[in-house]
Amino acid sequence: MKVIIIGGGKTLYFLCRNFTAKGYEVILVNRDREECVELARQLSAVVVCGDGSDPKILKEAGAMGADAVLAITAKDQDNLVICQLAKLQFGVPRVIALANDPDNVDIFKKLDVSAFSTTHIVGNLIEQHASFEQITSSIPMGEGKVNVTEILLEPSSPVAGRFLKDITLPDNALVAVIIRNNKAMVPRGGNQLLAGDRIVLITLPENHGRVLKMIIGEPR
Amino acid sequence: MKNSLYIVIVGCGRLGSQLANQLSRVGHSVVVIDNDEATFSDLSSDFSGFRISGDATQTAVLEEAKLKKADVFFAVTHEDNVNLMVAQIAKKIFNIPHVLARVFDPKREMVFERLGIETICPTSVGAEMFLSAVASRLATQGDKQP
Repeated sequence: MKVIIIGGGKTLYFLCRNFTAKGYEVILVNRDREECVELARQLSAVVVCGDGSDPKILKEAGAMGADAVLAITAKDQDNLVICQLAKLQFGVPRVIALANDPDNVDIFKKLDVSAFSTTHIVGNLIEQHASFEQITSSIPMGEGKVNVTEILLEPSSPVAGRFLKDITLPDNALVAVIIRNNKAMVPRGGNQLLAGDRIVLITLPENHGRVLKMIIGEPR
Repeated sequence: MKNSLYIVIVGCGRLGSQLANQLSRVGHSVVVIDNDEATFSDLSSDFSGFRISGDATQTAVLEEAKLKKADVFFAVTHEDNVNLMVAQIAKKIFNIPHVLARVFDPKREMVFERLGIETICPTSVGAEMFLSAVASRLATQGDKQP
């Protein structure tokens, strides 16, 4: 796997370290000469110094044979143009742009470039973890249209001891899995929820908060 | 067809301000956007359009300019990538009928023409004019030769 990352700062450094540890071939592109020297010294990656939105620099970085291009500079316009050049001019199969402005995630998608926003991701995580400490893990899926959440049922839960068929969840919400004594099962209406169970919930962003309150109770 | 167009110009530098002044003078409704308020001092005293100070790569700023209503959109900041990004938003998301972006780097121009974004490259235009000056000089020399 050959990955080109354009950007700078700590995110770039740790991403690169992570990828090289997995055995990926990583090429970094950065505009700042001093930072390039520093990166080349600290990391076992090829470093190209220059403007990543210049086709000449992308070519030099080996965009022609790259499997993925990741544009994580501080400027959204640069990230978009880098990804479009990589995709259209060099045929890179996977291009991903950082959207510093969360509004640009949707814009980039409409322009055919996949994008992510750290503000969205970190914001969601903090919101979910801060309000309910019983949540052990939570993953947005389907580009954030679906949430998969793992919850530890405490004795204080309003649904502990009740049968699934007696719990009326809102539309488009599901208790998908119950994990009890380290065994997972896909429950039916006749199954009972017990304190100590870990359950995997599927929700949509619009009913997520409501469902969590039904399962966990009001946050403390 | 209406005579007065609603024209949005991103970038109020030398080119942007000149376009804004002239289009406003002949009666079009003009909105200029620039993130540096100081550039608005290049607008003439009879400029009757709107000024919006803000970063045009933020959708909120573009929405403030009522892009949905615009007939013409010019992206003429000094940054190629800003021009390319806002021109695509204007064309593909706000469906503005006539969108033009200035792009200095001729290498970038090609890809965006493929994306359906009309661009003007001052570098190529300038080079062509210089080269045609050389060509016409050669032609006149050719005439003089016996």
